[in-house]
Amino acid sequence: MTTNLNETLRGGQAWSRRLSRHQRLRLQDVQGRACVSALFYNARDPLERYNMPDTLKAQFTAFLTAGRVLYSDMGRILCSIVADDCGWHDTISGVGDGAAARARFGEGGYQALRNDFHRNGRENLLVELGKHGLGKRDVVSNVNFFVRVGVDETGAMAWTPGNSRPGASVELRFEMDTLVVLTNTPHPLDPSPQYQPPPVELSIEDGPPAPVDDRCRLSRPENGRGFALTEAFNEEMMGLR
Amino acid sequence: MSSFRMTESALDPRQAAVDVTLPAGQGWTHPLGRGDVFRIVDLEGNQAVDTLFFNGRDVDERYSATETIRAQGNIYLTAGTRLMSSEGRPLLTITADTCGRHDTLGGACSAESNQVRYALDKKYMHNCRDSFLLALARHGHGMGKRDLPNNINFFMNVPVTPAGELTFADGVSAPGRYVEMRAEMEVLVLISNCPQLNNPCNAYNPTPVRLLIWSKG
Repeated sequence: MTTNLNETLRGGQAWSRRLSRHQRLRLQDVQGRACVSALFYNARDPLERYNMPDTLKAQFTAFLTAGRVLYSDMGRILCSIVADDCGWHDTISGVGDGAAARARFGEGGYQALRNDFHRNGRENLLVELGKHGLGKRDVVSNVNFFVRVGVDETGAMAWTPGNSRPGASVELRFEMDTLVVLTNTPHPLDPSPQYQPPPVELSIEDGPPAPVDDRCRLSRPENGRGFALTEAFNEEMMGLR
Repeated sequence: MSSFRMTESALDPRQAAVDVTLPAGQGWTHPLGRGDVFRIVDLEGNQAVDTLFFNGRDVDERYSATETIRAQGNIYLTAGTRLMSSEGRPLLTITADTCGRHDTLGGACSAESNQVRYALDKKYMHNCRDSFLLALARHGHGMGKRDLPNNINFFMNVPVTPAGELTFADGVSAPGRYVEMRAEMEVLVLISNCPQLNNPCNAYNPTPVRLLIWSKG
């Protein structure tokens, strides 16, 4: 496979890029304890976007890992998780904002810290979305890669330590052309009192489409139908080129 | 489910400024003033009422499921829950609840998600997103699909297990159970009274709900 990109996503940094279907995006948590919050949109029509409830309902799960897929709000699969060292990626607990960051880490403004200032998930997403003509109305429930937030019998939520160890990676295979928006900023439930989001290595490679016996496609009958709808959509888009 | 906490309201329906019945399969929008009290009554039991709230003065600020559950550290909504906005501010506070648990992870049904979940030939069936889209189109002001983040399902029970499984449990509601909330700012309410016929949570029989508003005056 051809490697198209290797890039370090520094702590505090936001990022966006359009990925073609069948390309793979690998995220590696070099030091451990990372949180990369992510949103996904149809690259040509961002009105279609990642849908957390549809993703969870179709797969009877409250978290993401290898073998599962990320659904859009149009019944299509944006990407599949083809490899995962963590076993759990959160999608129910959202991102932090400026008020939360100031309450936890202190003022942390640009004026005092220059480019080490305390960027937060909410503002980073708005900045990066703004580059694509998107904004507040396009922010929906996101994915938090490398993060585990468990739920007990009473519904109480808890950030789980040790979910992502140094060197852990997760790999996505895109099933349709997708705009990916990332922010490498502290998870709002991580109790660490220091602002120190670790770097995350990103790499993009070309690759083959999902085979007929693909693990994600076969993991649930729902996903088989999701792949069928996605492949029909990709044919429709080819016809318009 | 006797472990659920029931909190009753002292408000008299005869004093309500708005008292309407919304049939299953219908959408609805309505403004609330700050301090107004809004009640949804599950008339026949185990109905799902898909609901979104917006800041009435700036609809870019809207209900956020993730902000709401993170603010209280619990995924289930009940009396005492502050329904938080995308800007981290309370839109409304649940003040009474005789059901005891409401979902905000299960989202709304759509033609396309019905195809994924049930069968490709279910696309024609009526669904909540269609009701949301029609209600927003009628409401106007440029609102549409971009204004559909994930919603609340009042009276619906979607437990998450400690192992991380999402389950669709039997309803915990019953005829006459209600949930009541106080608006903490001017609010626009958007409801789809769910028409889902593929899911046992409503015994395959979507039913009407009663909507009441007491004005702060």
